[in-house]
Amino acid sequence: MDMRTPLAKVRGLGSAKSGTEHFWKVRTTSIALTPLLLFYVGFLVMYVGRPYADVVGALSNPFVATINALTVIASVIHMRLGMEEVIQDYVHNESMKLLFIVLNAFFSLLIGGLCLIAVLKIAFAG
Amino acid sequence: MVELTLPKNSQMTEGKVWPKPADAKNVREYRVYRWNPDDGQNPRIDTFYIDIDDCGPMVLDGLLYIKDKIDPTLTLRRSCREGICGSCAMNIDGTNTLACTKGMEDIGGTVKVYPLPHMPVVKDLVPDLTNFYAQHRSIEPWLKTVSPPPAKEWKQSHEDRMKLDGLYECILCACCSASCPSYWWNGDRYLGPAVLLQAYRWLIDSRDEAKGERLDDLEDPFRLYRCHTIMNCAQTCPKGLNPAKAIAEIKKMMVERRV
Repeated sequence: MDMRTPLAKVRGLGSAKSGTEHFWKVRTTSIALTPLLLFYVGFLVMYVGRPYADVVGALSNPFVATINALTVIASVIHMRLGMEEVIQDYVHNESMKLLFIVLNAFFSLLIGGLCLIAVLKIAFAG
Repeated sequence: MVELTLPKNSQMTEGKVWPKPADAKNVREYRVYRWNPDDGQNPRIDTFYIDIDDCGPMVLDGLLYIKDKIDPTLTLRRSCREGICGSCAMNIDGTNTLACTKGMEDIGGTVKVYPLPHMPVVKDLVPDLTNFYAQHRSIEPWLKTVSPPPAKEWKQSHEDRMKLDGLYECILCACCSASCPSYWWNGDRYLGPAVLLQAYRWLIDSRDEAKGERLDDLEDPFRLYRCHTIMNCAQTCPKGLNPAKAIAEIKKMMVERRV
């Protein structure tokens, strides 16, 4: 039986004194992703159906490779933070929440790593 | 806590259909949530018929007609009957509002009345607001100063006083907090729109000297940042206030002090 006062329950473990960093990163990555994804979609439209060599050639252009790498980084950060919000909203079992937050971070790193290696491989090895 | 289905003992059942008032020409149907903590039964929806020629125009008038003339055990809070005390906050026709300021005329068909959503029920239409009030207490809603008190009063310019408009009118009826999905899922840790609007009312008060500490206490992934700008709070507020905007202003302050 929980005999704490209502105020003790509300105060709980106190303020985490964080959250603004998270909030700010979600906003800045979404701002960054607007032009990055426009470029990405434009690139796809231009190169759809073109021969393999043409596409690889375009992707290994330093400017295109840089934009692609930045798109990967911004999307993965945004994805991780967004998923974390969902987990915090809906998962209430403390150990499950912790597990999901860690798995979410690892999954995002894995996806980000794979995508970046792909971008770099095309950029440098063709 | 996310619960997409109601627990077994909260599932609603069809209740009693009370007889229509004798000799009534104009009758309005009310469907009202009933739950008695003492009888061990599930909540039920009772049907009442009120004679609108013998009753005031507001939903509260209808509920008091039921209590006075049909079933005196119907339990609800009410006090001022003019939208200033916030006691009669409940879910009417699918929206949280004050029964005393909601006209029956504005509702098409049956008048459906439930207690505020996702709050523990004490009895019938009375929710348990203990946690809500403790959250309000936790933001320390009073003027905090360290400077020696002035001889007469803490002064405030007209411009600074105007910043409290749209905030001081909040009557803490809890309609907004009880309409917020984030508050439903995380009401134990998220402060909710009403309390955050109150927190902003003290943050923006030019006379208060504890802005930094207030922001420190709010900066938390749960206390503040569960707000996802869903805007149900602004939609439902019976006083026409905008808690979502107040929360956005708090978030702006949080960013402002670090960039």
